[in-house]
Amino acid sequence: MSRIILETRGLTKHYGGVHALEDANFILHEGEHVAVVGDNGAGKSTFVRQVTAVEQRTAGEIIFDGRPVHFSGPLEAREAGIETVFQTLALADDLDVPSNLFLGREIFKWRLGPFSWLDRKTMRDRTLEALKTTAVKIPNVDNPIRNMSGGQRQCVAIARTAAFASKLVIMDEPTAALGVQETAQVENIIRGLKDRGIPMILISHNLRQVFDLVDRIVVFRRGRIVASLRRDETDGNDIVSYITGVKGGSDAAYA
Amino acid sequence: MAETAHGLGGLKYDPTKRTRAPEWNVFGALVLIVLIFEILNRMQGGSFLFNMRDNVDAIFNQQRLDIMILQVAIVGIIALGVTQVIIIGGIDLSSGSVVGATAMIVMSFAQTAVVNGNPNPKAIFGDWAMDLPVIVPIAVGLACGLVAGLVNGLLVAYTKIPPFIATLGMMVSARGVARWWSNGQPVSFPTAEYGQLANGDLLGSLTFGLIHWPGQNPAVVFVLLAVLFHVVMTYTLYGKRCYAIGSNEAAARMSGINVDRHKVLVYAIAGLLAAVAAVLLTSKNLTAQAGMGVMYELDAIAMAVIGGVSLAGGRGSIIGTVLGAAIFSVIISGFTSVKLDAYYQEMVKGAIIVGAVVLDQWRQRKRARG
Repeated sequence: MSRIILETRGLTKHYGGVHALEDANFILHEGEHVAVVGDNGAGKSTFVRQVTAVEQRTAGEIIFDGRPVHFSGPLEAREAGIETVFQTLALADDLDVPSNLFLGREIFKWRLGPFSWLDRKTMRDRTLEALKTTAVKIPNVDNPIRNMSGGQRQCVAIARTAAFASKLVIMDEPTAALGVQETAQVENIIRGLKDRGIPMILISHNLRQVFDLVDRIVVFRRGRIVASLRRDETDGNDIVSYITGVKGGSDAAYA
Repeated sequence: MAETAHGLGGLKYDPTKRTRAPEWNVFGALVLIVLIFEILNRMQGGSFLFNMRDNVDAIFNQQRLDIMILQVAIVGIIALGVTQVIIIGGIDLSSGSVVGATAMIVMSFAQTAVVNGNPNPKAIFGDWAMDLPVIVPIAVGLACGLVAGLVNGLLVAYTKIPPFIATLGMMVSARGVARWWSNGQPVSFPTAEYGQLANGDLLGSLTFGLIHWPGQNPAVVFVLLAVLFHVVMTYTLYGKRCYAIGSNEAAARMSGINVDRHKVLVYAIAGLLAAVAAVLLTSKNLTAQAGMGVMYELDAIAMAVIGGVSLAGGRGSIIGTVLGAAIFSVIISGFTSVKLDAYYQEMVKGAIIVGAVVLDQWRQRKRARG
């Protein structure tokens, strides 16, 4: 098996008395796409929030790209190469597409602290390039994204992630609010990531999508990882049994 | 599958077209209002814009234009700062009072020792503060504005109290400073150089004598600052951050923007601009009074709002505010030109401000539906 890009050992998060995440041992290999599934409140989003350092973990270890990491916040995680599409879109509605893609990592012609001169042409060119490689179609990137449909906005958010992703992409329910066509487009972007060999963790409720896209499915139940199954060795019923607790007690198999 | 992506979401607008800049609507409104006043004036046998006197050789009514521009310039300078504050989703109610306080303090350092052969009757300090080089009062003034702006910014950014409350506090306190400074007495008799700041011919010096516009320095400074901040808001990181914060503060934070520090910077710049207005205002009038700048904050906000700056943050521009300022001044001059009583002017002014906000809300809702 190829190199491990992300590993968590005994990752645990308690909110006061609530054990949202308990002893999660998770492994993601280079180039691998893994889905994280589970019922509401099973600990999927909590798991992602610990990895991206949106929250600080109660206990456990995170090993990213070969060394243990303690990110102080999502920014540091991003700088290390973990790009995340959050459930709530982190986009500025009044800015155009290039400004959103490069928000917080602008390219400059010359630097003068906060009054640094933006290199708008380069950012626009690189945006068009990024949209091309991710197969996102935005009719006019110079319009503020306020005027765009939910699907296009989601695509911008994903294109931002995909364009800058160096080591790992995490998507939290990227198609939850989208229509059929828009979902198809987002799924194409994800396939594009796979082709480029960029590893991904996908949180999804959509089992059809999960089986279409990923190599491996990790099931969360009540804050614990109860199963890790290769796509071709399982089926929908199997997964549902794990999600609902019919299968997989305390002796769950790990990756 | 993805080939059909162009038809995403059944959009009603044509997404391949660049959306028209809202400033054009404001410009259209300006032209319309000028036209209305021109017609009203013609009905009374005069003209709003044009020279009707046979004994004067000019196309335009220069006198009215000069008054209009001067009227708008000083509040317009404040409006430039207020625009930036509103774009980041804040509000600044303190600018008028900051003008008042700064005016009193600045003037105290701009006084001349001898007036008509007698000692200056309004002297605030001793001889050491008399006949100082003009740079001293300017520096003191800018420092006052900067301090007020910094306090506003720090309060908003770090105590997380609403900007409305923070700047309301500054509004009351700064007015208190203005009244306390000389126990409500005016501060007068500045040096000749200080008087030249507003009444000189800056445009003449800037163009090496090619174009002269004496007495209109506030307008020249307003235009220069408007150009400067238009460039800053459009082409620099500062502007990008302003729009990002006003548009989605959480997203801005997530993207690594130091939102709190940026807010302090924006409020500080607004304070500085209020100070510039105070210097020009006192220089223009050759005196400072504790009541200077009353209601300026609301006029400045009105200019921005009329110019299409959204009180919700994230939207608007310096160009819009300049156009809004122009509309504002045309309306005031227009009412005077058709001999409408000053009381009615204020009533209508209020209605226009509310109307502009209603229009903005209506546009937003239409866009949300579209």
